[in-house]
Amino acid sequence: MKDVRVAGTGLTPFGNTPERTSRDLFAEASIAAFEDSGVPRDDVEAVLYGNFMGELAEHQGHQGPLMAEAAGVQAPATRYESACASSGTAVREAVKRIRNGENDVLLVGGAERMTNLGTAGATEALAIAADDLWEVRAGVTFPGAYALMAQAYFDEFGGEREDLAHIAVKNHANALNNEKAQYQSAIEVSDVLEAPPVSEPLGLYDACPISDGASALVLTSETYADEHDLEAPVAITGTGQGGDRMALHDREHLARSPAAREAGEEAYADAGVDAGDVDFAEVHDCFTIAEVLALEALDLEPIGEGISAARDGRTTADGETPINLSGGLKAKGHPVGATGASQIAEVTDLLAGEHPNSDHVEGATTGVAHNAGGTVASATVHVLEVNR
Amino acid sequence: MSDSEHVPDAGFDEWLAAAEDGEGYYLECANGHGSLPPRRVCPDCGSTDLEEVDLPETGEIQTYTVTHVPTPAFEEDAPYATAVVDFGPVRLTGQVVDVDLEDVETGMRVALEITVSETTGERVIGLRRA
Repeated sequence: MKDVRVAGTGLTPFGNTPERTSRDLFAEASIAAFEDSGVPRDDVEAVLYGNFMGELAEHQGHQGPLMAEAAGVQAPATRYESACASSGTAVREAVKRIRNGENDVLLVGGAERMTNLGTAGATEALAIAADDLWEVRAGVTFPGAYALMAQAYFDEFGGEREDLAHIAVKNHANALNNEKAQYQSAIEVSDVLEAPPVSEPLGLYDACPISDGASALVLTSETYADEHDLEAPVAITGTGQGGDRMALHDREHLARSPAAREAGEEAYADAGVDAGDVDFAEVHDCFTIAEVLALEALDLEPIGEGISAARDGRTTADGETPINLSGGLKAKGHPVGATGASQIAEVTDLLAGEHPNSDHVEGATTGVAHNAGGTVASATVHVLEVNR
Repeated sequence: MSDSEHVPDAGFDEWLAAAEDGEGYYLECANGHGSLPPRRVCPDCGSTDLEEVDLPETGEIQTYTVTHVPTPAFEEDAPYATAVVDFGPVRLTGQVVDVDLEDVETGMRVALEITVSETTGERVIGLRRA
């Protein structure tokens, strides 16, 4: 096993708190991560922070140093922006720094304040993750772009809205026990099918909510963890990143995510595992169709078959490979810049037996986190393993 | 957008004007790859030898959606259909105009027709049934 340990995890509740600044949110998440890790703030050598829409949401650029300050850390700080994969890329950078010996202790995370923009404002802010000239000006919204992919998937591989609805139902069910989740309410397939359309074929319940929240991780080298006797059994053993053309219409495939495949293959090879070793995963289900594309890109489902995974129970909590035991973006919430690091936090807690849903993955050794930016023009994948 | 409203986007606004006159084009590199402006480098092969070539008259809808929750720039336009259209050398994203929303389908042949947003009056890439 390679030597990057997750020493501490911290999350704010994800939800609708328009009055809270992102500095307040990140402060709360970082306090939790430091308490969980037992690592003193003074030992942190750098802060790597993910955020997407800070300029639009709260007129705040240059958020790196602001967040270090909010966390009480005196260290250089940098913001990473890669749309919804912002903190996934921050984690990847942190892993590389610890591996190459540059750092032993890093604070990594992200935050996003979104609900203060309202639905129209947040829709506009999210849309800029697409190509402004060729997509946004043609009226493409973020749900609209995923709807284009969903329709392309239906046309190429079959499937229907009801298959997607099972994904939403599953992820809501998983969130019931997650006190940090935005929605802790069960829904039925009929609720999804009868919800108002957002961008057909996707309706309101096919989409993740607009959320406020923050995530934080204290990552350390194995040497530091051993020397300081940290209780940090979970390691990030594989990291990968993939890229694709910005506009959906410039991609070779409209119903696949090659960037996520590239990221997954790299992360698996890096960790020395393959898809068959994966016990469970947190994947980027900003829309129900996104979970399907993620499963296929990660080789957890064959191409064209991911659509039936939730309906047939392969990815439910008691299925073969539980997906999004946290509730996923769909029910846990999606404060964009916080999401990637929050997935690492969830996988860590699940592997460590410290998650409300850990019972569903008892004995699991390998978890995966998949974080996507835009219509997957960016993707990061991380493999986590636990020392038992 | 107040101050920048009248500043054109080099490459893109010229393309819109040409398309409005029925003279839509794409960029072709020395190796035959198609792409859309503004561009100095072919994204497929890195060639910097790009030439404007006439866009084929019609293309085929490859996927589409009907958007009910728009950004503020399309508030008055919703619901509207957006489609990705294959013109052969390039694909384009645009709004399907003058077709009942329920009649839009994959495989439909369309031609480029620049339209305007009902909300902002700005030019929008439109697609008319061919």
